[in-house]
Amino acid sequence: MPLQVRYFASLRERMGRADESLDGVSAANVAEVWARVSQNKPLPANTLVAVNREYADLDSEVKDGDEVAFFPPVTGG
Amino acid sequence: MTVQLRALEFDPCVELAIHQDKVVKQRGKFGAVVSFVGTMRDFNDDRAVQAMTLEHYPGMTENHLQQICAEAARRWDILDSLIIHRVGELRPNDTIVLVAAWSAHRAAAFDACRYLIEELKTRAPFWKKERFREGSQWVEHNTPVT
Repeated sequence: MPLQVRYFASLRERMGRADESLDGVSAANVAEVWARVSQNKPLPANTLVAVNREYADLDSEVKDGDEVAFFPPVTGG
Repeated sequence: MTVQLRALEFDPCVELAIHQDKVVKQRGKFGAVVSFVGTMRDFNDDRAVQAMTLEHYPGMTENHLQQICAEAARRWDILDSLIIHRVGELRPNDTIVLVAAWSAHRAAAFDACRYLIEELKTRAPFWKKERFREGSQWVEHNTPVT
């Protein structure tokens, strides 16, 4: 099952897409997922990450079927 | 412990009354209810704001708000809590968020309500995009509490 990657708000607009699927991610961390989807561009400052809809870190491990999200600082309320 | 996201305008006073009447079970047990209502302004940094879009992360946003309510219930002796948050297109004067906490005595309700709104504002996945007469812009960060 592919790994799902999602983007929100300003980062979604910057990436030009809301989501994508990555095949062949058997074991990696979030930083490696970012490197792959961004073609090794630096992660914008203050970007937050989530794995399977829980906050995570760049070194959090991910595998096939996981959902990884990248988004800017939150501004609700 | 109730969390709702709403795509349409709501009246916070009506929602508070409905919740207290129908959901808060311990009638006669609570002596305090503290609520916070966040309302959309028509200005930000001296610019006139005409409308706002509130984006969220379906699934994660609801889960995170539930976690915030659960943590408040662990930290304080509250009988119930409520969070209702708008998503989608908003106009100035629309209610953005209603947060409330019920407890036997006022201290726990004040503390829990403050915790709920501050946690929501700093961690819950929502993003505001403001629309001006010309152009629009993502809000980069919330105003810190001073």
